[in-house]
Parts: sequence; C-alpha cells; structure tokens
Amino acid sequence: MRAGETLRLLFRGPTAIVAAAVLLVLIVTAFLGEQLAPHDATGTDVSNRLQAPSADHWFGTDELGRDVLSRVILGAEVSLRVGAVAVGISLVAGVLIGLLAGYYGRWVDDVLMRLSDVLFAFPAMLMAIAVLAILGPGSTNAMIAIGIVYTPIFARITRASVLSVREEVYVKAARSAGAGDLRIIGRHVLPNVTAPIIVQTSISLAFAILSEAALSFVGLGTQPPDPSWGRMLAEGRGFVEQAWWMAVFPGLAIFVTVLAFNVLGDALRDVLDPRQRQAMAGTGVTA
Amino acid sequence: MTRYALRRLAQSVAVLLGVSVLVFAIMQLVPGDPIRAALGQQADPETYQALRDRAGLDDPVPVQFVTWIGNAAVGDFGVSFRSGETVLSLILERVPATLSLAVAAIIVALLIAIPLGTLSALNPRKPVDWFASLSSQAGLSVPDFWLGIMLILVFAGTLGWLPSAGYVPLTEDPVEWARHLILPAITAGVSSGAILTRFVRSSVLESLGQDHVRTARAKGMRARDVLTWHVLRNALVPLVTVGGVQLAYLLSGVVVVEYVFAWPGLGQLAFQAVESRDYPVLQGAVLLFAVIFLLVNLVVDLAYARLDPRITYRSAR
Repeated sequence: MRAGETLRLLFRGPTAIVAAAVLLVLIVTAFLGEQLAPHDATGTDVSNRLQAPSADHWFGTDELGRDVLSRVILGAEVSLRVGAVAVGISLVAGVLIGLLAGYYGRWVDDVLMRLSDVLFAFPAMLMAIAVLAILGPGSTNAMIAIGIVYTPIFARITRASVLSVREEVYVKAARSAGAGDLRIIGRHVLPNVTAPIIVQTSISLAFAILSEAALSFVGLGTQPPDPSWGRMLAEGRGFVEQAWWMAVFPGLAIFVTVLAFNVLGDALRDVLDPRQRQAMAGTGVTA
Repeated sequence: MTRYALRRLAQSVAVLLGVSVLVFAIMQLVPGDPIRAALGQQADPETYQALRDRAGLDDPVPVQFVTWIGNAAVGDFGVSFRSGETVLSLILERVPATLSLAVAAIIVALLIAIPLGTLSALNPRKPVDWFASLSSQAGLSVPDFWLGIMLILVFAGTLGWLPSAGYVPLTEDPVEWARHLILPAITAGVSSGAILTRFVRSSVLESLGQDHVRTARAKGMRARDVLTWHVLRNALVPLVTVGGVQLAYLLSGVVVVEYVFAWPGLGQLAFQAVESRDYPVLQGAVLLFAVIFLLVNLVVDLAYARLDPRITYRSAR
C-alpha cells in the first residue's frame, strides 16, 4: 500500500483525525514548552500557594506556588521524550532480535525466542521496578527500564512477520541470484514486515508514557524539580482535598495523550494490519 | 495432547530457570555491597556479617546461585535485610490483601464487560456500540493511579461515603473489609473491564453468526431465550480462560493501585523493598509474581489445547 493511500484510509474517520491533531498539538507543546508556558514552571512563590484556577493561573497553583498549567506544558516534553526514547530502544532491539530469529530459524530462533519468553514472564511494571532497583531512579534509567520491558513484544511481532515473508518468491529469487543475508534482510524482508511494527510502535508509545507516569508517580522515574506529569500527580495526591486541580490536570494530560496514541494505533491497525486486530480481540493482549 | 502438555511443561521449566537467573542477578548487579547499601555505613558489624553469611555473599557466584535456587525451590527466599524476618513469612502475610483486591477487580471487570460487550454486539454500529467502543478505549488509556485519586476525591473526600485508604482483614470486620475494598477494586478493574468488553463483543458477534443460532431463531424461539441459551452460553465459555489471564495480570498489575490506597499487598511490599534496598524481599516478590504468571499461562495454554485438538506444540510457539 502506498503512503498516500494509507494516509487517506487512516484519516477517513473523525476519530483518527482528532487523535492526530491532539498529538500534533502535544508535539508542538513539547518543542515550544518554555515559550508557551505563561509562568516560570520551577520558580516557587509561597505567598501564592494552592491558588484555585483563575484568570491568572488557569490550572491553579501547587503547594509551592508554582503555576500548574506551566508545569503541565513543560511535562509534555518529559513524557514524550521518555516515551519516545524507551520505545526507540525496544523498537531497535526487538526488531533486530525478531529479524535474526525469524530469518535464521533453528538454534538462533530457539535461543532468542526463549530469552524473549524469559523477559515476557515478568509482569511489565514489576520488571521495570526491578530494573530501576538496580540502576537507581531517574528519567534516563526509566527509559532503559521501559525499553527492556517492551523489547520482547517487538521481537515476537517482527519474528512472526519474518516467518511468512521468508518463504516468499522474491526472497527465494534474491537468494538464488546470490544476494547476501544482510542485503536480503535489509532490502527484501524488513520493508515487508513494517506494517505490524508501525502499529505496535503507536500502541507501545501509549503504554510507555503510561509506564513513565506510573514510575514517576511512585518516585522511581523523573526526579524533582523536573515537571513530569506522574510526579505532579504524586505531589497533588497529598493535597487532593484542598487543591483538586493539582491532581486533576496532570492526570487529564496523561489520559488524553495515551488515549490519542491508542486511538491512532487502533486506526493504523485497521488500515495496515486488519488480521492482527482480529487476533488481538481473541487474546485480550493490549501491549 | 499428553505429548504437547509434556513439551509445554518442559518449556515452562526452562523459562522458569531463565527467570530465576535474572531474579538472582538483581543482587549481583546492584552496584557496591548490597548489604552495606541496605544497612548504611554505620551498621553494626555483627549484624552486617550475619546477614552476609546468611545470604552466602562470600561464596563464588555459581555456588551462590545453586544454593539460592535450591532454597527458593523449597520456599526459602532468605531473610529481610531490614526486619530479619523470613521473606516467605513477609510474602504470606501480604497474599490475602493482594488476592482479595485482584479477585474483586476481576469481578468489577466482568460486571462491566459482560453487559457492555453483549449490548454492543447486539447493536452493531449503533450509539450503544460506539459508547462501548469509546468506553473501552478510555478504560485502556486512563492511568489507574489517577483514576484512584479521582475516586478518592469524589467518594471519600466530597461525598464521604467510603474510606480513602487502608485495609481491614476479612476475618476482623467483613463490612469494613468490603467498604475498604470498593474503590481499589474499581480502580484496578477498569482496564481489565475494557479489555474484556472487546473480547465479549467479538465473541458474542461470532456466536450470533453460528448455524445453531440461526436454527433456533428459525424454530421460532424467543429472542431472549436464543440469547441466553445459544449465544451467551457459547460466547462466554472462552471468557473463563481470558478472565484467568486477566486475573494473573491483575495479581501483579495492582502494584500501583496498592500504592495509591496504602493497600498492604505484595505490590506495596515490592515498593518498600526497593525503597529500603531490601533485595531478598524484592527477589522473593518478583519471583513469586513471575511464577504465578507462568503457571496461569501454562494452565490457559493446556486448557486451550484440551478444547481445541488442532493445537500442536509447533503451532503454539
């Protein structure tokens, strides 16, 4: 399917358009955070603490008098960066493992897939916590932890697609024409297994952002004073009865971002990989 | 079937061995001396040496691994660096709280999924179907820790109907146990409810297209009876296995929900272990969750193979 055709099919319904628009706004916000924020996001002003939403502070102020809206805006950059780098790690590692396992088969496949089974046996959040227990808290380590957690999913999806592409006539033709493994994998296999990988990338971004927020919420991800949405929720939790806005707005930001990635992922799956959608519906697998 | 079961079992044992290696490695990979990290520099030298001896940290690593895995196989995960209690007793203390939360959450999930999924399948492309689709998408995207805080804000703060946190054992006061359970169970159950709604919808849709349903309708059977006896009965059988997998996810997935509601379960134990660098407790909790996960997946795979004889070892990989 050509890129133009894919985009036309993807955006024929309003939900995918809205999701893409929301993500575009978020990306722009992440890039222009400092310029867009109406106040200093880290500067404290105790005389102005716990102010309810008003014309001057649309989302109110926190326990140190910092503007919640400015912190939510700057938090977009942290969430998107951690999510993107984490998924980047799992994408590169997982696709490489999947390509090798699926293309070479035999013992390479056995070894790599059993290793991926081992990683898969750990519940995602617990695995991330265990990795952070070793590496120590922080947003860089959170990226690595989330990246490790999602690697086996990419490995499995890539391997499954490679197994069917490997037997195609054009791959056999390239092999009989004397093409090397690297060339066959790069030129003929990889371009034909991208559809499910693109779909998984969008869905994994949603879950990576959710995981980063959860890890920051429990104090293992982004550290203060950086304004991460999960960290802001953790701070807001202690003041929920006096200052509801401290918890409501960062949570809404996470919810809307994750929802947008999920909706776009679903729309991409409908266009690029409809069979996978049917298979997923039967297993309850979401990430 | 027996051959498949044996091979699947052997595969699980191999994965379990790999899991054990990784869990064992937690203590080895911690930078510096793990006991010094847990106790601090001012620790009493006798306590320090006693813990070091108990954990066998002066032995060569392969010997440490063999001893550790041999002990773990009989439920001895060592002692807590902090309290000196055995890890097993700490874990067993926490099991009832986590189990009651996970079971209550799966009940919430089913109470959401069965009516919503069925209604959505019976009314495809109508408002109720869109509502179900939107709700399940929202349920999958909402951060459970945020949902928990919002529920506390409304039901504990504003309305004052339910307690905001804490746990009361069932044996102590069943009414208070239930009151404390409601908000965490809803919080933990929503995302599983969203997944199961999609499953019920596709399962009911598939069932509606079956020949025996058409025959029952052609016989003049009442629509309600067709739904109860022919559609739902068949559509909901596979829900048992998918629900089982969700329960396994919930047992380990409620860690953050436990944190929000100060619920003294296994997840909170794992967090406390990370905070206090109590590595044997962390190892015990992680290993236990991984074993539960593996066991449930094994049982589900075997159940599927029993129900569908076409599944073979090769195709199941």
